Amino acid sequence: MSAISVRDVRKSYGALEAVRGVSFDVERGEVFGLLGPNGAGKTTTVEILEGYRKRDGGSVEVLGVDPARAGSDWRQRIGVVLQSSAMYETLTVAESLRLFGGYYSTPRPVDEVVDLVGLREQRDQVVRRLSGGQRRRLDLGLALVGDPELIFLDEPTTGFDPHARRQAWETLRSLRGLGKTIVLTTHYLDEAERLADRVAVLRRGEIVAAGPPAELIGAAPATEIRYRENGREVVLETDSPTRVLNELTAKALAENRELEGLVVRRPSLEEVYLTLTEEEAE
Amino acid sequence: MRVFRHELKGELLLYTRSRELAFFTFLLPLIFFLLLASVYGNDRIKSEGNVRSAPFLQAGMIGYGAISIAFAGLAIVLVIRRESGILKRLRATPLTAPEYVSALLSTFLAAFAVQVVGLLVLGRAFFSVPFPHHAVSLVLALLLGALAFCGLGIGLTSLIKSAEGASAVVNAIYLPTAFISGAFFSPNSYPAFLRAIADVLPLTYFLRLIRNVMLHGHEIWSQGTNVAVVAAWGVAGLIVALRSFRWEPTEG
Repeated sequence: MSAISVRDVRKSYGALEAVRGVSFDVERGEVFGLLGPNGAGKTTTVEILEGYRKRDGGSVEVLGVDPARAGSDWRQRIGVVLQSSAMYETLTVAESLRLFGGYYSTPRPVDEVVDLVGLREQRDQVVRRLSGGQRRRLDLGLALVGDPELIFLDEPTTGFDPHARRQAWETLRSLRGLGKTIVLTTHYLDEAERLADRVAVLRRGEIVAAGPPAELIGAAPATEIRYRENGREVVLETDSPTRVLNELTAKALAENRELEGLVVRRPSLEEVYLTLTEEEAE
Repeated sequence: MRVFRHELKGELLLYTRSRELAFFTFLLPLIFFLLLASVYGNDRIKSEGNVRSAPFLQAGMIGYGAISIAFAGLAIVLVIRRESGILKRLRATPLTAPEYVSALLSTFLAAFAVQVVGLLVLGRAFFSVPFPHHAVSLVLALLLGALAFCGLGIGLTSLIKSAEGASAVVNAIYLPTAFISGAFFSPNSYPAFLRAIADVLPLTYFLRLIRNVMLHGHEIWSQGTNVAVVAAWGVAGLIVALRSFRWEPTEG
């Protein structure tokens, strides 16, 4: 059975259709990425799954339960990291984890969580004095302290410096190692590419592409070949790079000439993503 | 029950860590009592049947403490927690709304109880105010007032849009209310227009109630009007709270 099953979900805010018929499944133990620019409907979709928003149409099951009707028992099994890392500023890291852990019937030991999110040195430090990255890690710790089966992460590394992002990625990878199901929203492509088993790209409330990151890149139209000839840049796009390259190099060899600055590129996920979402820039 | 006790412990810890709250809502009424009673605690108040000022002020500061802690303190804490997103985070945990609200109210009621004991002890130690005789009536009256102000405080949070505005709005309401209702002076000596305002404020009736119990030897069951007005205000606050309380930050 899937951890999450979403069918034709719709949600409007007044005249704005934020989510327009979204369907997808997330398997147990999978890391699923919802990708899309700001305003594409990522957060609305995730907040419907978390039980914060009521959908206008469609059906949703999360761990076998409709989140719109879910209660305290269901919340024992999920962990949520919201975009804003709100926490009690006057408690220490350990006190915060102990307080939130107490809401669950089988919490993970505080020190285990402290180590998992890499805050051992800050264990007895007051939240007010944590750096932005440390707060975000405590945020994750608070979502993990109940030892949930399913974890929602809404833009977990937005606003991080590159070092803090890499640290957060390490932590998320270790969660996958624990067999947790993870739903992640992000507008960073490298993040989705590195962390997610599968991604769905949202644009204006609709899924425009879905699949493993490598497959999305594979489905992209063309390989790009660039080189310089007589000082001019030549760019070729082709679906059969082997043949085109062979012809090019054979001709150059026959003429005893070098293909200067030869580059053969597959499009990155970023380019696929920009192609998929480019209408957004209208 | 286990989760309630756990949350109560957490809320008590949070309360003791909050210096601003502790000073403005918990300590300030005690400090005012010490200062004002030192200055004119032995004066007689003509308009109040010639009672001594010290016990009159003591009851006044109990009323001021109730509105400070249960109304102002609770409303500010709730708005800050809502706007920062803490309430939203709590909604994602198994902690239920009844467990959370009852633990939060218990904490503020406990703080008020300690404050009342403090005022009684200070009164007896420095200003020869005897401990009140009708303890049951007093406890019931204090519980009624504190709960009514809690209800009003929670109701008020729906009308405040931002954490920055919370202190300003709350102070603009409860400080004038405390003065006009007669926490510091006898409202009988006020000009007519101030008395007209005082006549609709809940604190006026709460102060009459506890002064009648503490100073004039009445029991709470003889105080129908005062009890009814205080309770009605509390219920009104609760209705607003039930209709429009929000767990999530104000958007935009």
